[in-house]
Amino acid sequence: MVQAFEEISAADFFYRNRDIAGFTNPSRAIFSSIRELVENSLDASDQSRIPPEIYIRLSFEYEGSMKGSGEVKAEDESLFENGFRGTEPKVYRLRVADNGSGVPARHIPAAFGQVLFGSKYKLKQTRGTFGLGGTMALLYGQITTHKHALVKSSTGGARIYIYKIMVDIPRNRPIILDRKILLNKEGWRGTIVEFSLEGDYAKAMSRILEYLKQTALVNPYANIMFIDPKGRLYKFTRVTTQMPRPPKETKPHPYGVDVEAIQRLIRVTPCRNMVDFMRNHFHRVGEKTSHKFLEFAGIGKTINPRKLSRERIVRLVKMMKRFRNFLPPDASCLSPISEELLKAGILKELQPEFIAFCQRQPSTYSGHPFIVEVAIAYGGNIARKNDLVLYRFANRIPLLYDEASDVSWRIIKRINWRRYKVSLDMPIAILVHICSTKVPYKTVGKEFIADRPEVKREVLNGIREAARQLQRFLTKREHVERERKRLSTFSKYLPKIAQFSTELAGKKRPPDIKKLLWSVKKYEEK
Amino acid sequence: MKKSKSAALERKKEVVAKLESFGLDLYEQMEKGVFPSIKMPSRSIENIRYSPEFRQYILGERKVHRSARNIRHIRPFTQLVWTAFFAHELAKHRKTSTLRDVYYSAQAYNMSFKDQPESNNIITDLETISGFAREDFNVFPEERSAIFGDLTIEYTVPGYEGKQLNLTSHPDGVMIGPALTSSEFAKTGADKVIAIEKGGLFTRFVEEQVHRKFNALLVLTAGQAPRATRHFIHRLNKELSLPVYIFTDGDPWGMHIAMVIISGSANAAHLRELTTPDAKWSGVWASDIVKYKLPSDPLTAVDVKRLYELQRDPRYEGKLWQRETKRFLKIKKKAEQEAFSRYGLTYIVDEYLPAKLEALEED
Ligand SMILES: Nc1ncnc2c1ncn2[C@@H]1O[C@H](COP(=O)(O)OP(=O)(O)O)[C@@H](O)[C@H]1O
Ligand SMILES: [Mg+2]
Repeated sequence: MVQAFEEISAADFFYRNRDIAGFTNPSRAIFSSIRELVENSLDASDQSRIPPEIYIRLSFEYEGSMKGSGEVKAEDESLFENGFRGTEPKVYRLRVADNGSGVPARHIPAAFGQVLFGSKYKLKQTRGTFGLGGTMALLYGQITTHKHALVKSSTGGARIYIYKIMVDIPRNRPIILDRKILLNKEGWRGTIVEFSLEGDYAKAMSRILEYLKQTALVNPYANIMFIDPKGRLYKFTRVTTQMPRPPKETKPHPYGVDVEAIQRLIRVTPCRNMVDFMRNHFHRVGEKTSHKFLEFAGIGKTINPRKLSRERIVRLVKMMKRFRNFLPPDASCLSPISEELLKAGILKELQPEFIAFCQRQPSTYSGHPFIVEVAIAYGGNIARKNDLVLYRFANRIPLLYDEASDVSWRIIKRINWRRYKVSLDMPIAILVHICSTKVPYKTVGKEFIADRPEVKREVLNGIREAARQLQRFLTKREHVERERKRLSTFSKYLPKIAQFSTELAGKKRPPDIKKLLWSVKKYEEK
Repeated sequence: MKKSKSAALERKKEVVAKLESFGLDLYEQMEKGVFPSIKMPSRSIENIRYSPEFRQYILGERKVHRSARNIRHIRPFTQLVWTAFFAHELAKHRKTSTLRDVYYSAQAYNMSFKDQPESNNIITDLETISGFAREDFNVFPEERSAIFGDLTIEYTVPGYEGKQLNLTSHPDGVMIGPALTSSEFAKTGADKVIAIEKGGLFTRFVEEQVHRKFNALLVLTAGQAPRATRHFIHRLNKELSLPVYIFTDGDPWGMHIAMVIISGSANAAHLRELTTPDAKWSGVWASDIVKYKLPSDPLTAVDVKRLYELQRDPRYEGKLWQRETKRFLKIKKKAEQEAFSRYGLTYIVDEYLPAKLEALEED
């Protein structure tokens, strides 16, 4: 027999392997759909620099069947808590509207109807990465309901575009079923995506709400509204209109490039010698560094980059990794949350008594810059559950799944908390935020951060620094508490001593102890 | 005997005066605008030593300082002042109380003790400061012992003042409780005191008329003698000049019951007048077990360990004590008082006791 060979498209690949993108089963799929669309909306408003207004509506359409939703994997235990077989997935309609940048009309079909098409391949911090998430949600809806999706968008110009699209899965191309153009009289800008999908809201509900709450926490400048299938409204209101400093697009850092990247640069470079080439195309490489590096690498400064031989290119990349004197990437391509905003978000969602914060200096792994931010919150609405609560964030989105595999989780487990006066039954939440041009996720599903030594070190030091602040707070609190107790002890017992001695001595009036009590009050321990 | 007539009442007055001056001292300190504080002898082990002169344990020179200024002291300090106040109330109204009572009464003043030991400890503090035993403050322990014999006492407790009672009136004996402890001795026909460890033998002695045959007052210690009983024996010896003989089981524990009546305990090193140094332990000795071929049990490991401890105890320096502890260890046997019953019920009274008392009087 002759074996049949065939090629599949990217859309087909992700259709077949949708679980790696977080579309494992009806409950997880509904969570991932909401998440991907919300993250697109947040990215779009980061770009327009206008505080986001995001409106999410999930409504029940009709009882569904399992047809087309594919096999269900039993390993995903968290979704099977209540026994999966009991409930049939239903068909819901999801609508997410935002006031973000909008999508230019000519890109709308591809942006939503084609996998691996997007605007975020540049070197700067964004939530989306591969041009995958939003399209996957629509694709999932399509395969479970056989229905098209509606996308309405305007970049604020004269027109609003409405597209009815589907994904041509075998070819990974959008199919445009209809296109309408409206006049944009109000000057509206934003994007509305609406489609049907099969899902299990009852099971996904708690995760979705947790996701929105944590999203509101790291994006305290966002207004988020969610109307669930029961008609309940969940509203997360912004506490500030200030947004984090926007990331700048950056050039690649020499530590992070490979042979392919160099070859692409050579093809387009206008530079005629290696000094200029290094200086113009790489991050943090100036005149001086360029000279020093070329001397170190033993590559002629005057060589025309276009004339570099294959061997030379390989050598160039190798020496780039070895050279110790490149300046580390700067963080302008990153957009950390900042102390002020993170504290505002924590205060709004958790109402703690105290927040410690630490932003680490920018660092790099494999040439990718990253910044770690850690906050530790104490008290308020944080649950006491005999363990510390961990909130993980990457590029300002919450990570909810696979907590135990995350680098932060492992670090927290290994820290000797008693050293910081922390006992596990205290109401303490630890928030770890990692932002990077390339977050070191372990999977496509954006669920947990890999154990990179550079990242691990920064997270560990960040947690330690914040823990020290917490320790100072707890010590001070303990001190105040002790002082209060001390005073109340004196004012409880001294009058009794006075009373009983008066009776023993047979005196009429008790001695004046006001002065004594006052003197204890002024007394400061230590 | 006239002299002793007022002794009990005098002592009560002294106690009250002492408590009042304690209160006044604190009062004046506070009036001067300083935190009240007190000094008292330390009761820590290092400050307890045996005094050959007093023939009992006494406290050394070390003092502890307690101040209301100190956050760790103020609670026990307040409890101490309250206890003094409470003792004063008891004395004033001529009421008695028990240790348990004191513990509960504190709650009425919002002065709760953590537990009974805490309350007991504060009472011991008050004893240490004042030099008076808690019985002087009319605070008695629960356990009671009894006395039987020809002693006429005169009550001083309210409602009974001046009333007299002869202690042969009831064959079970009369309980050595607050009323008896605070009574005066009016007259006695007895010329000795015999203290007995166990209730069974005490009853037998009464039945066998030991008090008449030997002209003795019989005291039941009921195991380790309570402090009220030790003080009572002390008074019988001091005020009436009666020699005291103590009859216990023949083992280290019986020996020590006798010893505590004679020389007191380390726990009461802060107090006087609880001991009767001239009292005599009259058996059952180790040598009696051999001599009378008494039915016996082998010593247990705990008994042996205890005997070695006693040998090193300064109270046991005397010849008799060293000889008997050594002999116990040698014969490795012990016997109870009742062991004499093998020779018939009255043997102990008819044979053993006369021989023993005679021998001891000659000593
Ligand atoms: N709400 C939105 N507003 C503006 N642009 C959007 C929106 N949603 C999607 N896009 C555009 O569509 C592209 C593809 O989105 P998506 O498939 O989610 O991939 P990714 O977010 O990883 O780039 C994005 O890169 C973005 O340019
Ligand atoms: Mg996306």
